[in-house]
Order: sequence, then structure tokens, then C-alpha cells
Amino acid sequence: MAALSTAPAGAPAEVPPVPPGAAARRRRLVPYWLLLPGILWLLVFFAAPMVYQASTSVQTGSLETGYQVTWHFATYWDAFREYDVFYLRSLIYAGIATVLCLAIGYPLAYTIAFKAGRWRNVLLVMVIAPFFTSFLIRTLAWKTILADDGYVVTVLDKLHILNVTASLGITADDRVLATPLAVVCGLTYNFLPFMILPLYSSLERIDPRLHEAAGDLYARPFTTFRKVTFPISLPGVVAGTLLTFIPASGDYINAELLGSPSEQMIGNVIQSKFLTVLDYPTAAALSFMLMAAILVIVSVYIRKAGTEELV
Amino acid sequence: MTQQTAPLADEPAGARNPASAGGAVTLTGLGKEYGDFTAVHPLDLTIPEGSFFALLGASGCGKTTTLRMIAGLEDPSGGTVRIGDQDVTGLPPYKRPVNTVFQNYALFPHLDIYENVAFGLRRRGVKSVKGQVEEMLELVELGHLARRKPHQLSGGQQQRVAVARALINHPKVLLLDEPLGALDLKLRRQMQLELKRIQTEVGITFVHVTHDQEEAMTMADTIAVMNAGRIEQLGAPTDLYENPRTTFVANFLGQSNLIEAQVAGTSGDDLLLSVGDGRLAMPTARCVPSVRAGDKLLAGVRPEKISIVHADDAAEVPEGRNKITGRIVDASFIGVSTQYVVNSPWCPELAVFAQNVERDGRLVPGAEVVLHWSPAHTFGLDAAQDIEAGEVNA
Ligand SMILES: Nc1ncnc2c1ncn2[C@@H]1O[C@H](COP(=O)(O)OP(=O)(O)OP(=O)(O)O)[C@@H](O)[C@H]1O
Ligand SMILES: [Mg+2]
Repeated sequence: MAALSTAPAGAPAEVPPVPPGAAARRRRLVPYWLLLPGILWLLVFFAAPMVYQASTSVQTGSLETGYQVTWHFATYWDAFREYDVFYLRSLIYAGIATVLCLAIGYPLAYTIAFKAGRWRNVLLVMVIAPFFTSFLIRTLAWKTILADDGYVVTVLDKLHILNVTASLGITADDRVLATPLAVVCGLTYNFLPFMILPLYSSLERIDPRLHEAAGDLYARPFTTFRKVTFPISLPGVVAGTLLTFIPASGDYINAELLGSPSEQMIGNVIQSKFLTVLDYPTAAALSFMLMAAILVIVSVYIRKAGTEELV
Repeated sequence: MTQQTAPLADEPAGARNPASAGGAVTLTGLGKEYGDFTAVHPLDLTIPEGSFFALLGASGCGKTTTLRMIAGLEDPSGGTVRIGDQDVTGLPPYKRPVNTVFQNYALFPHLDIYENVAFGLRRRGVKSVKGQVEEMLELVELGHLARRKPHQLSGGQQQRVAVARALINHPKVLLLDEPLGALDLKLRRQMQLELKRIQTEVGITFVHVTHDQEEAMTMADTIAVMNAGRIEQLGAPTDLYENPRTTFVANFLGQSNLIEAQVAGTSGDDLLLSVGDGRLAMPTARCVPSVRAGDKLLAGVRPEKISIVHADDAAEVPEGRNKITGRIVDASFIGVSTQYVVNSPWCPELAVFAQNVERDGRLVPGAEVVLHWSPAHTFGLDAAQDIEAGEVNA
């Protein structure tokens, strides 16, 4: 697919013997030298695997007979038809988690940026604190929190909230674990800091005098938020939603640990194709299609957010 | 300084309209404390409608705080703010009929110039803003830049947008917090005239905060001089300049020579003073404290009121002038005038500004000179003050 075109033509690492008096030329080359480590990194860890996977995705064969590049594009179509539900589910879960992250993260970032006073740094550390434990352990902890006989479930049950969520189809059988609710909660929890930090940094930069100016010009506090604060923080919103949505849609840990087979996301399928079933071509094709889907969604989103009439 | 009388002669609008009319600002006991630091001591002040009022003072004296209390951006620790007939003390900013031009403009970076200017109208639900916005942009001569973002404008242009954005709402009072502070001298002069023109055109009460005494004098018809959270003196620019009542005002507004003297007696309407072994006279009416013979006094005279002659020509000085002899320690040629610093045994560093009409070649540093001025140009201040208060180290 489109990704194939990223195959690079070997880096033009042209290092000419410097003729005397060519200091100016050497200076012009400095930026390229500075870029070199980054470019090498990308070549080794991004471009090369991409090419490799791209070729894998059009191979046929089996583990025993070995795989051959046969330009068998039908793998893409077959894989898509078989797993389209998983794509849809991934995008929906990631979308909901992103919206939840925004809903939880924006007020939090706003408070830290404008209202926290001397608690600001403490709160920021608390936002980042979960990173001190591994992703896996944090997700496992949620398994305990949402356990069937745990406090959360008991309380939710007593309050009849589980009946409500069950009728919405996001929980079942008086349990939270192994339901869509648990997976989305896990995703939201795990990616929340990626939403809060860019939001905070874009809010924190806003000159408080702009709020005063808006108030002075007859805007009530909420109007000030709608017409001044929020539009100015939009770059943070865009960055935060991307940093949340993109990894969340490819995630498989949350669905694996907190969900049941019927909450599996596309990441789970790819993971099992690669590591359990060892069907490399299908796994590679699925990966490329996920990447393409995300690219399309993100570029439409950025285009829209960028040109949106804000007044 | 002569043209400053003009705005006075042409009636401050407040004289026509009683203070109760729309745009008068009345502060009663208005004060602000931060913890145990008093930023603004309780002050009483009436700003007549339609006047161009300047709040002048050194950095940190509480000008911005006062302005912010009028705008509703700061809660006063005590006292009330009235605008026209309305007590607005408890009202949030968006309910007050005031608009502010902020110290550094605070233009909305995400909106273009047109939308910045239209902001206030839109918030008040005005349907068709186009005509008004265009008219306002014409007034500040920015019509052609309507679709630019604030960061694409020069400092002076941004400043005009800030004025337009506030003025378009036809506030009863426009508050300006050092709006010209960031501009270079030339642009500053230009904008001063422009603001003055706009104010005359729209007739709104302007309260202008500045620490530039020249700016206050060229623009305002009333100046309040603030010092350390208090208003030291309030009046027309000429009045403040000619009749300062404190050493702070005498030194801060223009430059003054303050001479430590002792009251020797009276002669008719004049007070006789002794300075060392010399004698000075001044009108009793121009003496701020009431004094008796033997009391100490600060005799003040503005540098441009003093004439300077070489000691050899001392005989030419007419009778009845205040005279002091001394030696020139510094002379700087400014163009229109020459500024001399003269040391006399009784009063060091007297400043003298002499017009360059016929320059006397003998007046160079080291020359012995006689300084003389009319007793009527002398004012008297309470000696129990810091003689250097408000001095600007130029
Ligand atoms: N939030 C605050 N907390 C404590 N002190 C404050 C606060 N805001 C202002 N002050 C103090 O109040 C005094 C007056 O401040 P203000 O901003 O009114 O000065 P200003 O006259 O406008 O000075 P400038 O010409 O520098 O703008 C200053 O000494 C300042 O340090
Ligand atoms: Mg200030």
C-alpha cells in the first residue's frame, strides 16, 4: 500500500574530501551532520522494519516450506474481511477513551494551570507518578480494583448502576471485568497523562490578562472559556487527542487483561497472528491496514481542527 | 508649557455636567491591602465626566491597582467605586460600563484585528457589527489591516487596536494603563496626540495611568500625582507645575531647585528669607505651610525661571530680584537651551535652563556667576520633608 513508498534510497552520506578554504561549505553541512544520528535511528528502527513488514505482507508460504514474496495482495482483502469487526471495535474503544480522557483531562489541566497556585508542581508530579510503575502492572492493578467481589463492583451493584450499564450493553452479569466498560476504563486510565500534559502546557502559556481582557469586554466567565481559553488551547487538545487515540487504537494489553474474547481489539489479533499462530503475512497486512486507517483519520482530524472557524 | 492651558480654557466637560452624569468616576475611601502591605491608601477622588484624567506616579506606587479596582479586576479592601449614579463596587468586570486598554494590550492572539475589535459588541449581542467595526478601524487608521493577526502588527498598531477594541463599546469610562509604555519616543509622542484627538472626538472620560510626567502634562486636563499609595496632589497640569505642594510633586513633575532657607520676616505681601548671608523674597500666598519668623522653609524655583549672568555684569541685575552667586560646575548644550549646574556656598547644584538667544561665551564651567529671578516665581514648601523626594535620576 501507500506505506511501501517509504522505502528509502540509501542515505546520501556524502563526505567529500574538504578542499582547502571550503570552511563555508563545511558549515553548510553542519545541520546534516546533526541530523545524522536521528536519520540513522529512523532507518534502522523504522524504515527497515517497515520495508521488511511490507514485503512480509505480500508473501505466501508456510513455516515449514518458508515464505516467498509472491505479491499476494489478496492477503489484505482476506484479512480485512475476516477482522473488520476488530478494526471497528478498536477505533470505537480508542475514540471513547480519547473523549473520556479529554473530558477528565481538560478540567484537570485547567485547574493545574490556573487554580492550583503552589500545589501546581505537586499535582503535575501526581499526573506523571503512574509512569514510575510499568504499564503492565498498572493494568493488572485494575484487574484487582474491578474484581467481581471487589469494593467497586459491590458499590456499583448496590447503587444499581450496574443495571444501568448492563442495559446499555457495556457490562453484563453483574460484573465489570471482562466487559467493554473495563477495557475502555483501562485505556482511559493508561493514556490520561498523554492527554493532560499537552493540554496543561498549552493552557499554562495563556496570559491570564487575556481572561481579564475578555471579562472587561463583557464576556461572562463561561463565554471567556468558550471564546478565548478553549480556542487558544486547541493545539494542546489536538496534540493530546492524537497522543491518546493513536496508541490506544493499537493497544492490546488492556483488552487482554481486562476484557474477554469479545472485547478483543485489532492489536490482540495482530499480536496473536505474530506470536501464537505465526501467520506473518496476515499479521503484517493487518498492521499496515491499521496504520493506514489511523493516518487517514488523523489527517482528516488535523485538517478539520486546523481550519475550523473558531469565532 | 503654554499650550497646556488650552484644554482648561475650553471647559472640562465635567464643568457642564454635574458629577452625577454618566461618566463621572467617584472613589470613596477606596483602598487596597495585600497582607500587611498597603498598595493603595484609602483615597477619595472625583473624576469629572468627559475629562482626560491622568494618574501619575513612580513605579510601584499603586496606579495599576487603583485602575484595576475601577475596572473590577481587583477587589478593594475597603471603599466604594461609583460610575455616574451607579455603585459598581460589587459588580464583576463584565457588568461595568468601563473598558480597559491593558499595559501590554492583551489582544486575543487567535482572533484577527477585526474580530478583536468586534469582541465586545458580539458579547453584548449586537447583531450587525460590520459598520461599527469598520468605522472604529478607520478612526485608528487600521482599516487596511483588519484581517491580520495581532502578532503581525507593530507595537504602535497593536496599541491602536487595543484602544479601538475598548472604545467601540462606547464605555462611560475608558481606563488606559500605560498604553504607550512599550513604544519608542517618536511613536509615543505621535500616539499621545492621537489619543488626545480621539478623546476630544468621542468625549468619553479617559483615566490614563502613566509614570511619564511629560506625557501626563501634554495629554491630561487633570493630573493626580500618586506617591506610595497616596494621592499627593491633584490639579491642572499648569497648576501642579507652578504650585507644587510637596517636594515630591516639585521634583517629580519637571525639575525644581529647592533651597533650604529660614524665615526672616515679612514685608507687605512678601515673605523675607535668609539663605546663608543672602536674602530672598517670595509671595506669602505661595508658601504652603504657615510660617513665622525663624521657621525653616524650602524655597523652590523652577530652572527655567532663573536668569544667569557673569559675575562681571552683576551690576546689570535689576533691583528687587532674588539673587544668588555661585560658580558654574557643568554646562550642557541641549539645542534650544543650555542647562547649567551652579554651586553656591549655601545651596549646591542649582539647575538653570537658559534659552540660547545670545550665548555669553564667558559662561563656561569655572566661571563665577550671579543667578537671579523674580520673587513671584518662588514657592515655599514645608521643610520637614525629604528634599530629594521624587527626584528622577535622569
Ligand atoms: N498581588 C499582589 N500581591 C502583593 N503585592 C502586590 C500585588 N500586586 C501589586 N502589589 C504591590 O502593590 C504595589 C502597587 O502596585 P501597582 O501595580 O499598582 O504599581 P504601579 O503604580 O502600577 O507601578 P508600575 O508603574 O510599575 O506599573 C507595588 O508595590 C506592588 O509590589
Ligand atoms: Mg502599573
